[in-house]
Amino acid sequence: MQEKYYGWGLPVDVSVHGWQVDQLIVVVHVFMAVLFIGWFSFLIYALIRFRQKPAHQADARARHFKLPTYVEAGVALFEVVLLCAFSFPIFSQARNEFPREDKALKVRVVAEQFAWNVHYPGKDGLFGRMDPKLIKAVNPLGLDPADPAGRDDVTTVNQLRVPVHTPVIVELASKDVIHSFAIPVMRVKQDVIPGQTVRSWFEAKQTGNFQIVCAQLCGLGHYRMRGFFTVQDKDEFRTWFDAETAKKTGQKQP
Amino acid sequence: MNSELGSTLKRPKRPDKSNHKMESLMGGRRENEKLPFWRRYIFSQDHKVIGIQYGITGLCFLLFGFTLMMLMRWQLAYPGKPLPLIGQFFPETAMISGIMLPEFYNQLGAMHGTIMVFLGVVPLAVGGFGNYFLPLQVGAPDMAFPKLNMVSYWFYFVGGVVMIASFFVPGGAAQSGWTSYPPLADIAPTGQTLWLVGMAFLINSSLLGSLNFIVTTVQLRTEGMSFFRLPFFVWAQFVTAFLLLLAFPPLMAAAVLQLMDRLAHTSFFMPSGLVVAGKVLEASGGGNPLLWQHLFWFLAHPEVYVLILPAMGIVAEIITCNTRKPIYGYKALVYSALFIGFMSFLVWAHHMYLTGMGTKMSAFFQITTMIISIPSVIVLTTMVLTLWGGSIRFNTPMLFAIAFLPMFGIGGLTGLPLGLAAADIHLHDTYYVIGHFHYVVAPGTIFALFAGIYHWFPKITGRRMSETLGKIHFWSSLAFINGIFMPMFLQGLAGVSRRLFDPTQYAHALSTQPLNVFISICAWLLGLAQIPFILNFFGSLFWGRRTGQNPWEATTLEWAAPSPPPHGNFPKPVRVYRGPYEYSAPGRKKDFWPQNALEAD
Repeated sequence: MQEKYYGWGLPVDVSVHGWQVDQLIVVVHVFMAVLFIGWFSFLIYALIRFRQKPAHQADARARHFKLPTYVEAGVALFEVVLLCAFSFPIFSQARNEFPREDKALKVRVVAEQFAWNVHYPGKDGLFGRMDPKLIKAVNPLGLDPADPAGRDDVTTVNQLRVPVHTPVIVELASKDVIHSFAIPVMRVKQDVIPGQTVRSWFEAKQTGNFQIVCAQLCGLGHYRMRGFFTVQDKDEFRTWFDAETAKKTGQKQP
Repeated sequence: MNSELGSTLKRPKRPDKSNHKMESLMGGRRENEKLPFWRRYIFSQDHKVIGIQYGITGLCFLLFGFTLMMLMRWQLAYPGKPLPLIGQFFPETAMISGIMLPEFYNQLGAMHGTIMVFLGVVPLAVGGFGNYFLPLQVGAPDMAFPKLNMVSYWFYFVGGVVMIASFFVPGGAAQSGWTSYPPLADIAPTGQTLWLVGMAFLINSSLLGSLNFIVTTVQLRTEGMSFFRLPFFVWAQFVTAFLLLLAFPPLMAAAVLQLMDRLAHTSFFMPSGLVVAGKVLEASGGGNPLLWQHLFWFLAHPEVYVLILPAMGIVAEIITCNTRKPIYGYKALVYSALFIGFMSFLVWAHHMYLTGMGTKMSAFFQITTMIISIPSVIVLTTMVLTLWGGSIRFNTPMLFAIAFLPMFGIGGLTGLPLGLAAADIHLHDTYYVIGHFHYVVAPGTIFALFAGIYHWFPKITGRRMSETLGKIHFWSSLAFINGIFMPMFLQGLAGVSRRLFDPTQYAHALSTQPLNVFISICAWLLGLAQIPFILNFFGSLFWGRRTGQNPWEATTLEWAAPSPPPHGNFPKPVRVYRGPYEYSAPGRKKDFWPQNALEAD
């Protein structure tokens, strides 16, 4: 069903910001190809031209080639460009330049062997308190029922729904070992380190059904730690979200 | 050539300390000839016997590690299908009626990495080639500390036995990747404990070996062998020894801490409040899993250069000998190696861009990563420019050495996008990484090691290997190894995660599944392509054409010793008069001028 998104190279990019990563990858690869083809042609030419021939001796006189120095300098210069024009700003945007919280959807994703627990704060925008001691099969996050902030929280397992054209701030935590939260089509990847909460963000520009990937070996079920990632219309998302919160609050306060 | 060695040697006028030391060492060696078999060949203190022990053990581990990978490739190409023929022989903890279990796949993955790096490539490159040829090339009769050298090998051997034994304990071998990231490794079955114990032995072995290499290079250089007359191979081993000496202790510390976490229930790497499989983990908590990553990569990045520097050394020797030309920019090469060695301690956290590292830290490690690429480019450039104006002989060692250049080139270049944190967002922990470092280590370093075997086999055994079998081995290996690793870049760009037991579980990985089948077929063919080498290796031991002291007409000192060199190496102390690569010197009849030959020869 999802074949159209994926092939033998970069997957389709449905994020607002992913083109920058793609552009950098393309620029670096063009640079690598130019360097390699030039260098490799020289190698092959030298191998053919200077192959052993009868009654011919190698020429050992020291000589100095200037070109390699220029190439070296060129490589160094281009690496500075790659760093300053591409990598620093893009990485800084991904790590530091978070969207404003009042305009973004906040969601917490708690990884465990081998599932993604998705936790939306309800209408109040506050996550309920969690306690590892309260974790049970029916309460995989260990949400404290006594905390009013958690009453309207919506939780799902392995299903992350987000509205299109809305920045999403993800708070990542792990219950057990290191996982890595990756959505290839969003050009987002962030290690999830137990004991700390790491934030990441992304914004989708296209609706569809995609997958969340665990990118860090997390045990024998690592290969099937697959989550579903759905980008919906804003209205569609709102309808689903309202229904879920109503269900929660309806159950708790009849 | 034999006669010019000792007879023309002039005695120095003033007493020379190092020479005396050497002669006494040589005398000591000669007495060793009378030793019983087990002291001469098993618990030997002769650097050449130890070198061969290291080399053979290393080759066996390379084959073993490669076999583990060939098993994994079945699961990757045909997930869930029973392994034909041999599948039924595996116990139920590994395969159920030939169908591999994920636990076993993870064991194979972790142990493939561990074995290839710590038990295969490094022991062969450093323990094998370094031990055998470093003393010969500096003109020493043996290593500075022969007993330590022996202990170093036996630590390595025990480490290897522990690693293999770990497959047979309940729960199987280590299965948390060769990187053994906690908390996963902290809560893994018993095999992980054995992995840590095995690593402790290997680390000790490396430390003792590196001390020996450093002291031998500094103290036991023969007369006239100044630092800038050392063959580049010695320089490469010298820098490597410093990397081993300085980088392994942090891993030792880390291994002890992880052992404590596992056995004494400390929490160096365990944060508080972990819940594993629905149960709160009983640990004191308060630790940090990232501490392990820092300690591990502080070793493991220099380790990458431990893998590559000796390979560069071997390739430099072979290229300069077979182009019949001095190496282009010898000093640039030496300074590059020193600079690479230094910088390799400053790049480790580029493995950790996505752990939540801040932008300032990541900027620092991106800059150092870009800087370390410069000396690597210089090394490749000098080797290619050496070819210019040469008279190139295409024998088997030379073919492997030449192939090293573009293969290492691809490995180095593909490190560039991974070194840029922004591109790493997409490529981190994908098959792109696997392709990248395998290009450096497999068609890179391992090809250089094959080159070294073909090049020095006549010195070690007194016989040559077959050129025909060698060329079959070379061309088939080159084709198949590229067939394995080139498609991995496409898989990596597609975002396929590494260490997936069943790659068909993800939609984006499923689309590259035909590549997995192709890669696996290439891997098994690469296995077949090693048969000519194995035949050649053992056949040539017995039936290879006998050869003299210097079959390649090379200049460095190992060729001034008989083939194979006796205990004590040189019949009389050698003296060095010139640099290591005096090939085709103008105005001379012969196109090589050995380091120890007198002006008139």
